[in-house]
Amino acid sequence: MSSRIYDCIVKINETIQTNKDFLTDLDREIGDADHGVNMARGFNAVIEKLNADDADIGGALKKTGMTLLSTVGGASGPLYGTAYMEAGKVVQGKTEITKEDFGEMLRVAIEGIQKRGKAEKGEKTMLDSLLPAYDVYMEKINGGEDLLGALEAACEEAEKGIEYTKTIRATKGRASYLGDRSIGHQDPGATSATLTLETIRDFLKG
Amino acid sequence: MVGLVIVSHSYKIAEGIKDLALEMASGYEGLHCAAGLDDGSIGTDAIRIMEAIKEANSGDGVVVLADLGSGIISAETAIDMLDEDIKVQIADAPIVEGAIIAAVEASIGSDFDKVLQEAENTKTFQKVYK
Repeated sequence: MSSRIYDCIVKINETIQTNKDFLTDLDREIGDADHGVNMARGFNAVIEKLNADDADIGGALKKTGMTLLSTVGGASGPLYGTAYMEAGKVVQGKTEITKEDFGEMLRVAIEGIQKRGKAEKGEKTMLDSLLPAYDVYMEKINGGEDLLGALEAACEEAEKGIEYTKTIRATKGRASYLGDRSIGHQDPGATSATLTLETIRDFLKG
Repeated sequence: MVGLVIVSHSYKIAEGIKDLALEMASGYEGLHCAAGLDDGSIGTDAIRIMEAIKEANSGDGVVVLADLGSGIISAETAIDMLDEDIKVQIADAPIVEGAIIAAVEASIGSDFDKVLQEAENTKTFQKVYK
């Protein structure tokens, strides 16, 4: 029987593969048209590398991150690779996680992305979805909400973050070459980050 | 001898730069490439860059020349992941000119700071006189 973490990553892979063309089309508008293709290649490699009975969540996430570093090819490789590896570090050896663990995983993953991309909120990146999602997640669990409830609220904020990226110009990454012409388009990274959170939410609802 | 690593999205670009640089720094063996993905696709691979840095290091440090975008982010990731104590920096320089000058400097035995400095000086090279 396969482990929960394996099943969850399989679901994330399915989401990425299903949205491969959508993400690439978004990236064609304001970037180099490779986000979906790159992420799909990376997650294909992840599924090949993971063992279905790997129950250690930290170990599985580390393997996922390392594989993404090597196989995605674009900037989303080091960004997502670092995020998964950092998240894995805080749950090393665990086969189950608490709502507090998940908050900590989000926090360190986002910190890793910020360190790598040297970006802040408002630069039309995945952080515009992830930062508000994290804030509301913590607010909800501190108010007594359970993991799934808090994650549902986080996903709503992440969706709003995508909408917000349509209103601003890019100052980081390839899209920044376009200046004001990037306004009106949603950020592919914010989109894939939100899809990832939503997939985890749906998996937990399961 | 200072080592060099050429990081590019494209295997062909990196190999071409290597050929060009070694034409001027013949016999220099410290230049390594980390470019493209294993399956031949365009892209950069942080793990491969990390390995190339280790291979290029002979104890005197390694200067990395990278192309744009994820070339830089992947090289930074590779440096952060190094499990050996290696003096290494990414040169803020155009990849072709920087690599050629750095290879020449490294091949004549210049130290790490000199190789890095000369590579970065190429950023302000005047190429066309009008």
